[in-house]
Amino acid sequence: MSRIESTTFRDSLSVSFTVGAYGTAFGAAAVANGFSVLQACLLSLLTFSGASQFAVVGVLGAGGSALSGIATASLLGVRNGLYGVIMAPRLKVKGFKRIVAAQVTIDESTAVALGQEVRGESAMRQGFWLTGFGVFFFWNLFTVAGALGAQAMGDIRAWGLDSAVSAASPGLVWPRLKTNRDRLLAVACAVLALAMTPVLPAGLSIIATAFIAIAVGLRK
Amino acid sequence: MNAFWLATIGTSLIAFALKYTGHNVPEKFFAHPKVQSVNALIPIALLSALVAVQVFTEKSKLMIDHRLAGLAVATIALFLKLPFPVVVISSAVTSAAIYNWL
Repeated sequence: MSRIESTTFRDSLSVSFTVGAYGTAFGAAAVANGFSVLQACLLSLLTFSGASQFAVVGVLGAGGSALSGIATASLLGVRNGLYGVIMAPRLKVKGFKRIVAAQVTIDESTAVALGQEVRGESAMRQGFWLTGFGVFFFWNLFTVAGALGAQAMGDIRAWGLDSAVSAASPGLVWPRLKTNRDRLLAVACAVLALAMTPVLPAGLSIIATAFIAIAVGLRK
Repeated sequence: MNAFWLATIGTSLIAFALKYTGHNVPEKFFAHPKVQSVNALIPIALLSALVAVQVFTEKSKLMIDHRLAGLAVATIALFLKLPFPVVVISSAVTSAAIYNWL
């Protein structure tokens, strides 16, 4: 790797720390929803994709089956696959390095890499690796802190933690709402999921909204 | 193996499989704008639904309680573009206050 662009380095580091701090909310959410500290840490190490992780603990916490949880998380994980498609030709790595690259292919590493496009391919690769490893480090570190903290608290409702956990998820959706169509979709899916909650098993009411996204996306 | 272990391991395996597959298929398969569009919309749909279910339900029943106040404060904080820790802590404090004293 050649000289590291200072702008790229700054971008990567600030994203890594800010996003990594979200890990606290995840660790707490996992424990609040019945996962053990070990399971919370394994999810952050192995799944390593915030939205999928919040989804699986949220679905099981709401009483959904393991299968509903896995399905919701996996639907959310599809986009990492598409990021991989975009990143692979630029990273040009094989074997073990490709496995590592795949594991750190997430929203942030891809976004920072694409943000470096004006600085050339080498800056893009640096942005990807720095952000990928940076988020991985801080996300896992903060997950442990959040999980242990929640475990020490006992009744999480008395500390407002059940609400803090819900507050972390709007934080994940908010930056994605760019157009009025996005906002309308968000509200429609929230309302629909609630409407289906009394009749569908927990978790399925969430998964069902993916079909609305597909219908809207294909129609445009 | 209980549901929590199954969910932890299953989610992790599929998450990696999806990421790794992406690195091994040619880019042209997914260049279609509709695929890109659906890809951007799915997280919006699922995460919005997840927030709603987390805040307004308890064991498959609809319910309005202290969590709604927490969500309201979080939304205002996000709207004001406040930093993430402020969003979460203000939400937690509001919710805890209502749960403990109302």
